[in-house]
Amino acid sequence: MKLITAVIKPFKLDDVREALSEVGAQGITVTEVKGFGRQKGHTELYRGAEYVVDFLPKIKIEVGVPADLADRVVEAISHAANTGKVGDGKIFIYDLEGAVRIRTGESGPEAL
Amino acid sequence: MSKKMMQTLTAGGGLALLAALAPGLALAQEAVKPALDTGDTAWMLTSTALVLFMTIPGLALFYAGMVRAKNVLSVMMQCFAITALVTVLWTLYGYSLAFDATGMEAGVLNLNSFIGTLGKAFMSGVTVESLWQPATTVPNAIPETVFMVFQMTFAIITPALIVGAFADRMKFSALLLFMGIWFTVVYLPVAHMVWGGAGSLIGSSWGVLDFAGGTVVHINAGIAGFIACLVIGKRKGYPQVAMPPHNLTYTLMGASLLWVGWFGFNAGSAVAANGSAGMAMAVTQIATATAALAWMFAEWISHGKPSVLGIASGAVAGLVAITPASGTAGPMGALLIGVASGVLCFLASTKLKRALGYDDSLDVFGVHCIGGIVGAILTGLCADKMMGGVGLAEGMTLGSQLFAQFKGVMFTLLYSGILSFVILKIVDVLVGLRVTDEQETEGLDIALHDERGYNL
Repeated sequence: MKLITAVIKPFKLDDVREALSEVGAQGITVTEVKGFGRQKGHTELYRGAEYVVDFLPKIKIEVGVPADLADRVVEAISHAANTGKVGDGKIFIYDLEGAVRIRTGESGPEAL
Repeated sequence: MSKKMMQTLTAGGGLALLAALAPGLALAQEAVKPALDTGDTAWMLTSTALVLFMTIPGLALFYAGMVRAKNVLSVMMQCFAITALVTVLWTLYGYSLAFDATGMEAGVLNLNSFIGTLGKAFMSGVTVESLWQPATTVPNAIPETVFMVFQMTFAIITPALIVGAFADRMKFSALLLFMGIWFTVVYLPVAHMVWGGAGSLIGSSWGVLDFAGGTVVHINAGIAGFIACLVIGKRKGYPQVAMPPHNLTYTLMGASLLWVGWFGFNAGSAVAANGSAGMAMAVTQIATATAALAWMFAEWISHGKPSVLGIASGAVAGLVAITPASGTAGPMGALLIGVASGVLCFLASTKLKRALGYDDSLDVFGVHCIGGIVGAILTGLCADKMMGGVGLAEGMTLGSQLFAQFKGVMFTLLYSGILSFVILKIVDVLVGLRVTDEQETEGLDIALHDERGYNL
């Protein structure tokens, strides 16, 4: 099993969710996060007072998938979240040791 | 004649304006008995409600949006508490000291040129039957209770404006004490000297034009705010720490409420439903819109983008600047006042503030004092027939009128500035002006009121 974590531009969330459904991912977890990468921050100006905002709002999604699905999920996210501009985000792939479905107690790939 | 005209203009007796402009006619007229005018009364009841609306919720929202989320309740509380405090003080003695004309005589300078008597303290003699006659040459009068509450709403907003200068750091107890004293020894005498009628120092003797409160309200509050932010000191971390406004939607709503309420402030200052009120409404709208655009474009040019805070601030700057001129300027004068106030207040609130390094948190000085001064001076210019105004009083030249305006500005700056400083020092000794560092960091809402604005 693999845990795939992606940080994407907030307005791409719907596209990514649809793409993941198409490749068969059963569910995702979404978090609003802030951070910076090569895009850096931006400046805000209030009556001449300039503030540099270092951290930009992003969306982090987490999805656990069977190992054989991982490549297609990564492909789906990177395709759906791509705008070609700096700040599109990153995808991280981890090995997933275990998973449990709380309601039934199932474990392993069946729990995903 | 010129004295009579000055009284008319400064006391807001718009109805007599036409008569005053036709010298032969006015001189021939004797004082006439007052009679209640229902149309005037209806408009003044409405105006009074509109001006109260400017402070709560207008100014409260305008300011609340600009502070940080941890201090949102503190500024709203300050505006609300000042509304209540001034109402009580006005009832006890404020109205009497500002507007009791006992002992005043046209052309004579005495103690009553500076301050009214206590003859109407505790609302003595103000009954259901009492009438207020704005000008003795016409019978039109309104109930004195309406005039009393109308003027009360001006006395409320003036100290409330000062709050923006020291937002985020003043003790609530110190605020109440400061406002109570400032209202008594600064607002009441200045209001009396400008609007007290025949025999008053600034309005009558000097002939300063201030229709709705450029000096009494805006310069007065603006300079007090400036002194207060210097005495109390900068906010912790200013200017290194970012302190962006927490909710500009409040600020825009507040600015919009101020704009609407200002029709009561300016057109209501005619104390009648007449042509003077109509023109006051027109020039108020024109100057405000012009100043909003002027600030917006100035910011667009200098910083690259037009902003919501900018256009809202510009509108307030225009409202401030047209206030003294609203009884005497014409539409083209209003355009000039709008452009000048929009650009100059923008420069004061952005460049000047940065350069001098003072922390006037919400730009009370940059908008109200600078806007008030620009308006006061241009009021002299725009009253001239050449500028489309109603014309200067007999015996006044453009030069002498401008000098009178300048004197009014300088007097208010010095009087309010010096006394504000003294009052702040006294309050500091009595209860201390400033919250502790820990309270300031935690935010005044929790530290002073045990509440928070948002439990999300």
